[in-house]
Amino acid sequence: MSVAPTVSRRSEPSAAPSRSRPIGLALPFDPILLLAVLGLCVWSLMAIGAASEGDGLADPNTYVKRQALYFAVGGILALVAAFVDYSRLRELKIGLYALLIGIILLVFAFGTVTRGSRLAIQLPFFSFQSSELGKILLVLALAGFVVDRARRLGARDTTARVMLLTLIPAGLVIAQDLGSGLVYIAIGLTMLFLAGTPGRHLTALFALGLTAIALALVAAPAVGVSVLEGYQKERLTSFLQPSDSPGDAGYQQGQSKIAIGSGEKTGRGDRSTQSTLRFLPEDHTDFVFATVGERWGFVGAGFVLSLYALLVWRAIRILTMAKNLFGALIAGGIVAMLLTQVFVNVGMNVGIMPITGIPLPLMTYGGSSVLSMFLAVGLLQSIYAQARASSAMKGRVLGF
Amino acid sequence: MMDSMNDRRPPITPQLALRVAVVGGLAFVLFGIVFFRLWYLQVLDGDRYLAQAQSNRVRVERVQAPRGAIVDREGRTLVGNRVATLVQLDPEKIPEEEKIAALEWGQRVTARLKKPKGQRGKFGVPIPPVQTPELRERFQRLSKVIGIPVAELQRRTVRQIAQVPYARVTLKADVTGPQSTYIQERIEQFEGVEVGERFLRDYPGKELAAQMVGTTGEISPEQLEDRERYRGVGQGTVIGQSGLEYAYDEFLRGRDGQTRIVVNAQGENRGQGRSRAPVVGRTVRLTLDLKLQKAAEEALGRGIASAAAKGSRAGAFVAMDPRNGHIYAMGSAPTYDPAELARPITDQRYDELFSEDGDKPLFNRATQALYPTGSIFKPITAIAGLQAGLITPATTINDNGCIEVGANKEERCNANEAVHGAVDLPRSLEVSSNIYYYLLGQRLDDVKGEPLQRWARNLGLDRETGIDIRGEAEGRVPDRAWRKRVGEEERKCRVRRKVASCGISDMRPWTFGDNLNLAIGQGDVGATPLQMALAYAMIENGGRVVTPQLAARVEDDQGRELQDLGKPAGKTYDIGDEGLAAVREGLRLAASGPEGTSVDVFEGWPHSRYPVHGKTGTAVIKNVEGEFEQSWYAAYVPDPKKPIVVVATVEKGGYGAAAAAPVVRQIMEQFYFDRIGEFRVGESTTR
Repeated sequence: MSVAPTVSRRSEPSAAPSRSRPIGLALPFDPILLLAVLGLCVWSLMAIGAASEGDGLADPNTYVKRQALYFAVGGILALVAAFVDYSRLRELKIGLYALLIGIILLVFAFGTVTRGSRLAIQLPFFSFQSSELGKILLVLALAGFVVDRARRLGARDTTARVMLLTLIPAGLVIAQDLGSGLVYIAIGLTMLFLAGTPGRHLTALFALGLTAIALALVAAPAVGVSVLEGYQKERLTSFLQPSDSPGDAGYQQGQSKIAIGSGEKTGRGDRSTQSTLRFLPEDHTDFVFATVGERWGFVGAGFVLSLYALLVWRAIRILTMAKNLFGALIAGGIVAMLLTQVFVNVGMNVGIMPITGIPLPLMTYGGSSVLSMFLAVGLLQSIYAQARASSAMKGRVLGF
Repeated sequence: MMDSMNDRRPPITPQLALRVAVVGGLAFVLFGIVFFRLWYLQVLDGDRYLAQAQSNRVRVERVQAPRGAIVDREGRTLVGNRVATLVQLDPEKIPEEEKIAALEWGQRVTARLKKPKGQRGKFGVPIPPVQTPELRERFQRLSKVIGIPVAELQRRTVRQIAQVPYARVTLKADVTGPQSTYIQERIEQFEGVEVGERFLRDYPGKELAAQMVGTTGEISPEQLEDRERYRGVGQGTVIGQSGLEYAYDEFLRGRDGQTRIVVNAQGENRGQGRSRAPVVGRTVRLTLDLKLQKAAEEALGRGIASAAAKGSRAGAFVAMDPRNGHIYAMGSAPTYDPAELARPITDQRYDELFSEDGDKPLFNRATQALYPTGSIFKPITAIAGLQAGLITPATTINDNGCIEVGANKEERCNANEAVHGAVDLPRSLEVSSNIYYYLLGQRLDDVKGEPLQRWARNLGLDRETGIDIRGEAEGRVPDRAWRKRVGEEERKCRVRRKVASCGISDMRPWTFGDNLNLAIGQGDVGATPLQMALAYAMIENGGRVVTPQLAARVEDDQGRELQDLGKPAGKTYDIGDEGLAAVREGLRLAASGPEGTSVDVFEGWPHSRYPVHGKTGTAVIKNVEGEFEQSWYAAYVPDPKKPIVVVATVEKGGYGAAAAAPVVRQIMEQFYFDRIGEFRVGESTTR
């Protein structure tokens, strides 16, 4: 591929013919995106309610209520984000990046350890998972850096710098939580790809990546350096080998498959046993999709998946609509984040991906993940709204 | 704001469009994969997972079915059941190191027992200490509750693992209610510990008929693989492992029930599912008469006690219906209480029961011990001589007390060189003339086809009788082929092990002297008391082979017959009326004639009503410990309504009339008159 700069300033003829077109139908937000998000919120509350059954909680609705509260707060956050012109964030990119590194380092200092991995900072009312907010910060910061170098996207050092900027936080996150770190890398690569990085750079990155993985998994253990923690290795490989002993990753995945499979076409409804009798572990967090699959069957699980497909489609659509490269890259980063998380989490639930503690966006119970997702949704809406406004100015109507 | 210049862009460039399309295509493919996988799991394979989910929540607990009772011919209970509270340890929850240590201990114990007695050292193999802190902690907690020291818990665990590594370890049988409640309420503190009510075998008669009853135990992994015999039997089921418990296990076993309990992932009970009630095992009614059995065991005990000075400690008896092989009583001394084997036992008792040099109470001498028979063999020699045409009942010899046999004129004599004068067949048995049988044995050796050996086999020796409990000894009737075979074995053994002698044989060829020994039941011949009872039953019933049996029929718990276990009679051998009558007459005279060898033992016995036909026997046994006399008596009463054949033997008991004959008399006394008769020691010193 030739080093053709993707973004060239085209001498744009002023959009004269658009004058006549009315813009009455244009809303300041994307209604389909909104519907998909609302649908997922409803499903999330239903699934968490179902998963709470049989957990012996004093108030069986504790988790549902808290999740609803997170949704409400997240909604406000999204609303605020949607009305702010995201373009201004570009100037803050260094601050955002510093914040990203700062909150990740905070976890190293104050984080609590859960099942071997340090994930969150325990606040009085809230357990703050910095890697969740970090995803959004990374998207914003990277978009800013890439746009700065928009003229030299073909240059090798652009690719190298962007990758370095990605790998620093990703590496720090991987040390605590492998899955989230991989999401960071997916975000960085996707944004590079969309920005128009030459194919040979991507090929080189791919080769480097493979070498790094080979080093980490084969060479390093051979010389006595353990890159992955034991539990991380177990989780990564357990989906290949089922196990009977509870607590094993293979057992969890086996139970998840049983839960989903037993739902059959229309689900087991109130006769569900996998989640209510606690055979299914983490049934309102990592394995919430299995709860849906058992209770509502293929119909329910398929519906939820369709809502995600809708969400991803809208995000891609917004990416193409964006008024500037910054917005397009933000949308692209969010697409990468959504797609990776949905595929890895659902894949883990249905037994085709290894177990990594990646939350299912909006569905999984937990404030950090929900708030970050709403922030992402708010940004998407903002990009949409700005695109609308700018095209209205130019007299163009962007259909959806 | 210079940079913002760069940021302005047209809606979309072709390259961006392409790359967005790639991302979109990737998204499409990923969603496609997940959708397809979901379809596969839920629609195509859903019922399989549904079944797994169902079994996930239902735990099936076995409800032990009580085994059927074993009752005697009158319906008196020999083996029943009782409910006991046991504290057991699940072998799966015992750390691997502990099991390895226990198995090593077992191997060392076995190795020690294989050594000759002198080389074993003073002390036994010490029990290994608890290997892992978690098991020690578990034992310490348990010890406080059930009051058994940790060392003892460890000893029981090691011992039971060494014996049967797969079965539950019984730490204590019969714990009290409060103890079991305490443990059950805190079961999470006692990992692998199970408290439960179990049916245990109950033996109201204690050691009565112990070797025949046999033992029960959890089914072994090897047995589980035997799908034919153990169809539908699950792991952990208690099955019969020996004796009658083994032989009639399919009837006695019953069928375990099931309780299906809905549980959550923590194993907590969430309600009852469907259940299946256990089915109690069938009752097996024996041919044994427990009253006679008890009297006979006591009589044998007196016989052994009377010869205690000679070092006697063991013996056996069989009382059987000669018409059909139904066994009225059968016993072996010393004996044991089968209940002991269901509980943890002491070191000392363990050695007594299992070690090679003890008296081996588990060994059923009536069916498993082989002894030379002494003179009770003589009727067989007589029948062989008659059938070979060498003698008639009237053939008379002159018995001078001794004869010289063979080229080197070896002298062979009667016991105490007694002189009997003119001896015909009946008199030969009455006085137990060795001379008569030496001469006959010598002549029988010259006849082609080994008639003596052939008739010994016709009368049931050298083969299993077919009694319904396992482990019978075949016995041995020495002949030319046998001597050749053992000689060959000895030769090979000497070559292989490079030693001067393996002790199998002295490698000499067969001589007529071997036949002489056999003719009077000495030397290499070996028979069980049961085999001799069978031979005498054939003399009583006219040559019909019967199959001895202990069990008569299978019943339901109401006593209704479900299945008759009777076995058809075997082949009948033509012994010849005239000859058979002479043999019978000889046996009658031996117990009641003027010069009979056991006349004094039966003094006062109403021979006119119940004519005893009985033969004494004194077998000489030479082994490393010295030379001993095995006391034998074989007898029958040909009562048309209630015939019986009784054989008794006492190890190191002296002459036949001294120990075994009085035992037989007491058994007959109980059988015909329901009383414990006199124990009269006979004076005869014939062999």
